[in-house]
Amino acid sequence: MTTRKNEIWSNYQKEIADDHYYFARSCIRQNFFPAAENLYIDILRNVLGKDVFDDARQTTCTGIAYHSGLLPFETTMTVIARQFALMNEAGYENFVVSCVTSFGLYVETLETWKHFPETEHKIRKALKKATGKTFEIPKNLVHASDVIYKFREGLAAKIELRLINKKTHEPLKVVDHIGCHYAKIFPQAGIGGAEYPYVLAGLIDEWGGEQVDYPERRHCCGFGFRQYLLKSNRGYSVTNSKKKFDSMLPYKPDLIIANCPGCTFFLDRWQYVIAEQDGKTYGENGYGIPVLTYEELAGLLLGYNPWDIGLQTHQVSVEPLLDKLGIKYDPVMKYKGLNGEDLGKPEQPLVLKCI
Amino acid sequence: MLYEELDKDVRYIEGLKACLSCGVCTAICPAAEVSDYDPRMVVNIVQQNDEDELEKLLKSDTIWRCGECLSCKTRCPRGNVPGYIIQSLRALSIETGLFIESEQGRKQLAVKRTVGDHILKYGYCVYIDEVDNDMYPEQGPVWSWLRKNRESMLKRLGTSYRKDLSGTLRNTSQESLDDLKKIFDETGGTRRFEKIEKFSNAKADELDIDFKEGKDDYFNYLYNE
Repeated sequence: MTTRKNEIWSNYQKEIADDHYYFARSCIRQNFFPAAENLYIDILRNVLGKDVFDDARQTTCTGIAYHSGLLPFETTMTVIARQFALMNEAGYENFVVSCVTSFGLYVETLETWKHFPETEHKIRKALKKATGKTFEIPKNLVHASDVIYKFREGLAAKIELRLINKKTHEPLKVVDHIGCHYAKIFPQAGIGGAEYPYVLAGLIDEWGGEQVDYPERRHCCGFGFRQYLLKSNRGYSVTNSKKKFDSMLPYKPDLIIANCPGCTFFLDRWQYVIAEQDGKTYGENGYGIPVLTYEELAGLLLGYNPWDIGLQTHQVSVEPLLDKLGIKYDPVMKYKGLNGEDLGKPEQPLVLKCI
Repeated sequence: MLYEELDKDVRYIEGLKACLSCGVCTAICPAAEVSDYDPRMVVNIVQQNDEDELEKLLKSDTIWRCGECLSCKTRCPRGNVPGYIIQSLRALSIETGLFIESEQGRKQLAVKRTVGDHILKYGYCVYIDEVDNDMYPEQGPVWSWLRKNRESMLKRLGTSYRKDLSGTLRNTSQESLDDLKKIFDETGGTRRFEKIEKFSNAKADELDIDFKEGKDDYFNYLYNE
């Protein structure tokens, strides 16, 4: 349903470079969705024909530690300054960040330097003393999902499938979850701002699905940094995710997509925990609601093999979604290793139905 | 004394202008919903300019409840950022050693010995080798299967796991790790870590819990309970 609310996003736009990207990896995404970043780079290079530099020298931005109250802001800003220096050394000007926490911190660092030029001077001095490096600020700084958003129409022309239920011919109902640090800290840094972020909703619209506008759409997934990192504090995290699931349930979503690595992880894993602890499941017939990253969704629609792009590493089974989309897959190959090696199968949870 | 330190912190300067105590930050706050936490009260205490009250805050669980989602930044009609103020208070609590006076503050040692130490060991905050299902049971059976079969599966998925290449899960070069360490040394990160260890050691002795390094008894007490 199109309402005026769906159009408010258009007041918030930003520049997204057209080509030649320096790519910064995510601590969480590369571990928990280990094929996602390579898929992202493959789509940019081989589907869209873009130039992406994947630097072996870059590191964490330290964001998880910083937001857990562990590191001085100066340390984090200097690590970020080093990443800028590496980008310069590689001959690039456009910085693309895979992680939403990192994206927020990169923007925060640049904003801080605008308001406190003496801080920028201090960080430049610290970086030079520690590493001998100097840097120029990127001409363009975006989140990785911004680039997919920019090329959503071009990708739509290449995709083999639409977000349509093959049997009912109805659009699939898709929940978009935007990581808090994408636009809540600096609304001007996100497509659509903080209230109406359109960076993923735009993909849903363009690729034929239907947005789910549920009450807790903008609520945090509940990462909470130190709150999740400590086993004793994880009630914070699961409670916030549960609030979202309970709120979206009446709308019967077919799929959740997220642009933040942490959010994707929590919305996947907490469905398993809630099922095992409370006996409650959110998908159809005892399954969960599949949770994908934006590039995993793009990859599926472009015709990549779901098991080549790592969808077997999600706890919530994706097969109900594949069946709705009419995607053919080989169930035998799901849990095979390199060269078809037999690796057995994961144990079945007691409550959450998995394949 | 404590306020003098806060006044030097850019996060504090940016985070607190003038608060009218409207409570919008508390209304939007996910931490306030699930724990004994009220960002409006935190800001109210801080802007009173009362050293004793500030010290009590630095010794309390309160400042460790925030989840840093920063939803408060979007919503405050006066441009304050309780989440930034919390960052400054946490930093000061560690610098002064007052963090060990609260249950939640003490837990910073467990955060330091996981995410903090991973940065200097792997170049990233998280690494698959360290994330086992005992410490992270919510990871579930698929993760357990992936970890067990990671040599084969991570190759099948095209990662650079444990290789000296670019790509996912690659080894971070010694040169990059050295850069991180030198940055930590130069900008106060190393000193912050040392303070967490030093004050935690004293508290563990006081509580008569074994304190060594890594995942010792004191770590397990803080991490789990």
